[in-house]
Amino acid sequence: MSKPSTYLDHSATTATDPRVLEAMLPYFGERYGNPSSLYQAGATVRQALDEARRRIAEVLGARPKEIFFTSCGTESDNMAIRGAVWAQRDARNHIITSQVEHHAVSHTCKQLEEVFGCEVTYLPVDREGLVDPDAVGRAITERTALISIMYANNEVGTVEPINKIAKIARQHQIPFHTDAVQAPGLLPLNVDTLGVDLMAISGHKFYAPKGVGVLYVRTGTKLVPTQTGGGQERGMRAGTENTALIIGLARALELAESARPAEVLRLTALRDDLIQGVLNSIPDAVLTGSTTERLASHTSFLFNGVEGEGVVLKLDMAGIAASSGSACSSGDEGPSPVLAALGYTYPLSRGSLRLSLGRENTPEDVEHVLRELPPIIASLRALSPYYNSDGTVALSAPAW
Amino acid sequence: MYSPVLLDHFTNPRNIGTLDNPDGYARVTSPGCGDQMELFLRVTDERISDIRYRAFGCAAAIASSSMASEMIKGRTLEEASRLTGEEVSEELGGLPEAKFHCAIMAASAINAALRDYCTKHPTVPFCTSF
Repeated sequence: MSKPSTYLDHSATTATDPRVLEAMLPYFGERYGNPSSLYQAGATVRQALDEARRRIAEVLGARPKEIFFTSCGTESDNMAIRGAVWAQRDARNHIITSQVEHHAVSHTCKQLEEVFGCEVTYLPVDREGLVDPDAVGRAITERTALISIMYANNEVGTVEPINKIAKIARQHQIPFHTDAVQAPGLLPLNVDTLGVDLMAISGHKFYAPKGVGVLYVRTGTKLVPTQTGGGQERGMRAGTENTALIIGLARALELAESARPAEVLRLTALRDDLIQGVLNSIPDAVLTGSTTERLASHTSFLFNGVEGEGVVLKLDMAGIAASSGSACSSGDEGPSPVLAALGYTYPLSRGSLRLSLGRENTPEDVEHVLRELPPIIASLRALSPYYNSDGTVALSAPAW
Repeated sequence: MYSPVLLDHFTNPRNIGTLDNPDGYARVTSPGCGDQMELFLRVTDERISDIRYRAFGCAAAIASSSMASEMIKGRTLEEASRLTGEEVSEELGGLPEAKFHCAIMAASAINAALRDYCTKHPTVPFCTSF
């Protein structure tokens, strides 16, 4: 049991970079002033906040006044979607999104549908999880107020063709939002190249702490504030700025962006070794998502006959941290909507495992997984009424 | 989230496997999440002389199946029929509320396998009143 710890859940969260922590520390201590205060202690912090905003804008190819600080990616998504739809409430009330969005987007759209009478089109995806840009075009009506399609999928790692979708949105003068929470450090973030009007990111996915996010809002995109109060963030997001974490996010984003070209190459090689290793060593393993349009850090699999939670627990006992979207926690939670949208059905869809790589991972970590995972899958399959050793399904899926 | 007893039963499940020509057989699915237990009973002199199962589901589902199998092995049919999900959960150190249905599934699989046994052996004294 005393095996080295291998963290492979970077799509869930990352450890704060020591350089980021160092940048933040003064703002927990001597630089405690409120950036809205007029005296020197406030002004010093205001300057640091402005500087953070400027540096983030530079990475995104945006203007500083287009950067808004929030508490997390979920808040950024909420602020973008609800804010943009409310801003057009008398004229347009139709939203186009996909069936594979993060809950921060899909549940927000669902609420606008159920509580505010909006109409929402949830576009299907193909087997690899890709949204068809032409389908976006076909779904547009004169009532369409917003298009929201994620940049990269958290469960299956698929990178969506958002620049093509953004072009279509712009032709129709419809604001385009993207949940880019999985993207920093792995994909280009230039908002003009991407063509996005609204873009959400979250600090803790790229080695900043939890509790801080950004929403990019292109000049001219109308939003109604969803959090009201004082005049912070130019009236768009009330509440005293979380100065230390914002400064941390700015530092982390710069570091992630400057490391990106080399890191993407390094992670892609590790990722492909991991994928090949798993597919070669475990019978009937299925890679979900795309082989080509895929985050450099991301692997996701299905193992028939087993249930993901057991795999995650056994990996944990072997010193490997991973995740599964399949956990049956409440009893009324069905299989993953994302895997269902890709066409994977029960019981296969219950056997999902995500291994997401990051900065500290090495080839030894991949070897560690390839040593531990095959016997774990074999041991759980031996218990399973669904799996025969010849790979055939032992029992048909029940009516469920 | 899980007790050491539960993790032990999940890691080393007791009585795993199948029986040829079982005296009682059942396959039940948890309606909430699709967990599944397939149960095989051998009955000798109105006692559970052997029990095997296979389980598909989370750690709580596997551990509940394992614990339930231990709790009724060697017991009379009457005793086995009285096993409840509450008792299985208790023996596992108390399941989290969201996982309680796993213990229910194990108890109902036993009930269904006894039902199957009684369909085949309606004249056995236990079965006349079950």
